[in-house]
Amino acid sequence: MNTNQSGGVITTVTTVVIGAGQAGLATSYELQQQGVDHVVLERGEVANSWCHERWDSLRLLTPRWQTVLPGYRYQGDDPDGFMDKAELVGLLRRYGEQNRAPVHTQTTVSGVYPKGGGYRVVSERGEWHCRSLVLATGAFNKPHIPACSAAIPIHIRQLSAMDYRNPSQLASGGVLIVGASATGLQLARELQQAGHRVTIAAGEHVRMPRRYRGRDIFWWMDACGLLDKSLQEVDNIARVRQLPSAQLVGSTDNAELDFNSLTAGGAQLVGRLMAVNKGVAQFSGSLHNICKMADLKMNRLLSTIDQWIARNDMEEDMPAAQRFEPTRLPDAPQLSLDLRRQDISNVIWATGFRPDYSWLHVPVLNRKGQLQHDGGIVAAPGLYAMGLPFMRRHKSSFIYGVNDDAREISGHLVDYLRASGTDQEAGNLRPVACIC
Amino acid sequence: MNMYTKVANNGVNTEFLLGAREALTEAPGGAQFKWRATCDWVNGTHSSSEVEGFYGLGDEQQHKTCFRFNADHPGVFSAQDNGATPVEYVLVGLASCLTAGVAAVAQHRNVQLHSVRATIEGDMDIQGILGIDADVRNGYQGIRIKFEIDADASPEDIEAIVAQSQKRSAVFDIIANPTQISVTIQ
Repeated sequence: MNTNQSGGVITTVTTVVIGAGQAGLATSYELQQQGVDHVVLERGEVANSWCHERWDSLRLLTPRWQTVLPGYRYQGDDPDGFMDKAELVGLLRRYGEQNRAPVHTQTTVSGVYPKGGGYRVVSERGEWHCRSLVLATGAFNKPHIPACSAAIPIHIRQLSAMDYRNPSQLASGGVLIVGASATGLQLARELQQAGHRVTIAAGEHVRMPRRYRGRDIFWWMDACGLLDKSLQEVDNIARVRQLPSAQLVGSTDNAELDFNSLTAGGAQLVGRLMAVNKGVAQFSGSLHNICKMADLKMNRLLSTIDQWIARNDMEEDMPAAQRFEPTRLPDAPQLSLDLRRQDISNVIWATGFRPDYSWLHVPVLNRKGQLQHDGGIVAAPGLYAMGLPFMRRHKSSFIYGVNDDAREISGHLVDYLRASGTDQEAGNLRPVACIC
Repeated sequence: MNMYTKVANNGVNTEFLLGAREALTEAPGGAQFKWRATCDWVNGTHSSSEVEGFYGLGDEQQHKTCFRFNADHPGVFSAQDNGATPVEYVLVGLASCLTAGVAAVAQHRNVQLHSVRATIEGDMDIQGILGIDADVRNGYQGIRIKFEIDADASPEDIEAIVAQSQKRSAVFDIIANPTQISVTIQ
């Protein structure tokens, strides 16, 4: 056993996986199948972000039947329902235990450095030297909060979607929700139900119905192959990787969640938040176009589904095609809001998340700090990513999306180890053991 | 029936634009442009502006000729009406930006255009600029644009082209969103 300068234990291992969420656990499963000696380093507990960094009422957007992992498939009696946080966290922990995933919990990686054709992974609880490394830390590590947040008057309570848990954290009075993804709309719905007057500042968003022609929207997207769409089938991958999550909620009553349902309940819609000057929030005048685009794209999705039904001769078995009411907007949405005078006591930033690679000291980030990778194969030998939005295909950041990605990424990783390793190192690839 | 794939020609060199997009992604310094105009007072509300040089692609650039624009106020303001009013130039800027965008997006989507006409109208309560009512803003309360487009595409596809043109329009953004303006005196 070696120790480093500060006395920490140095362990040599073929592969390190950082992160024990669905992506890291699925990768670990595949590496075990391939006999790759590895560890999974987790800063907190298994499924840490799900457990500790999301709001209380969160449920998955995808139905239970879609919660598939390598070697796991839902077999309960409510496949069409949506898992809540506790159910998902329990599932991922059991999954890790059953597979005997070599997870080191409470092990925060503070630095990753290139070392002799491999990597040195440093944490307070020791150091690992490895030939290959999988970044399964996800894309949602820190909230992205616009710079104009600094100009919000100090008496207003500000919360990010990562800090928000439930309505009890809010001051009484109005709330401005910035962002119109699944997060923004779910929080708007919850806070409206809790009696707050809600204003939603909306930029580009993705609208889709929960149910269409008798099935869940994800059933259709899966059937039509939309979730399997690969990188090669998309003409602007940078754009689709940045798309906000669709305006959906997983609930026990299959509730529809869109601007129309929220404004019917009294919410006010304004354009994208552009600036805050002297306590006055200024919104973009582009709201009509933004909503028009989302309506057009939703209808294009529904047409794709209708065409698929027609092609597969299922027309007679299905409820008829329908189109939903376009987003209702006032002729002149408000362009500014005096945060002091108009009784806004809370601002919630549902403005997305960014990955945190501050610990990754390998030159694989571009000038904007984004990881450079081709379908999860990072631009450094033996370095891989998992679980990023549209990493290899549309579903890559969905729970069940990690299946194909984990198999392919670990396949590439094993080929890399074989091609780059000496005979002795290749000996680290143990014969496949049965782990079921 | 012809089975070959028709290639739309709206006179927009989208291959060049896509190439530029790729090149400037690699070299973002070249994407930094400065647009310029000079404006000389003539008399009364009449002014004469010139547009000739600009900066971009890492160098000073020139239009092929110097463009001149007269601006004035109309007779109902007891002015000489030597040109469009500045607020009408704003409408011209928005309409021409969106129209150019429609052509470019249609080209990119391989949609042949036959005619495009934008009619634009802005509402202004001049109690603002006259200082009659402090609650009335100086600028437009709202701007409406109506497009009449004849193209080889479905109504939904035409709507999507017009929407995308707005999304990518510089002038739309300039008008819809706040911009810092600094004025100095030499």
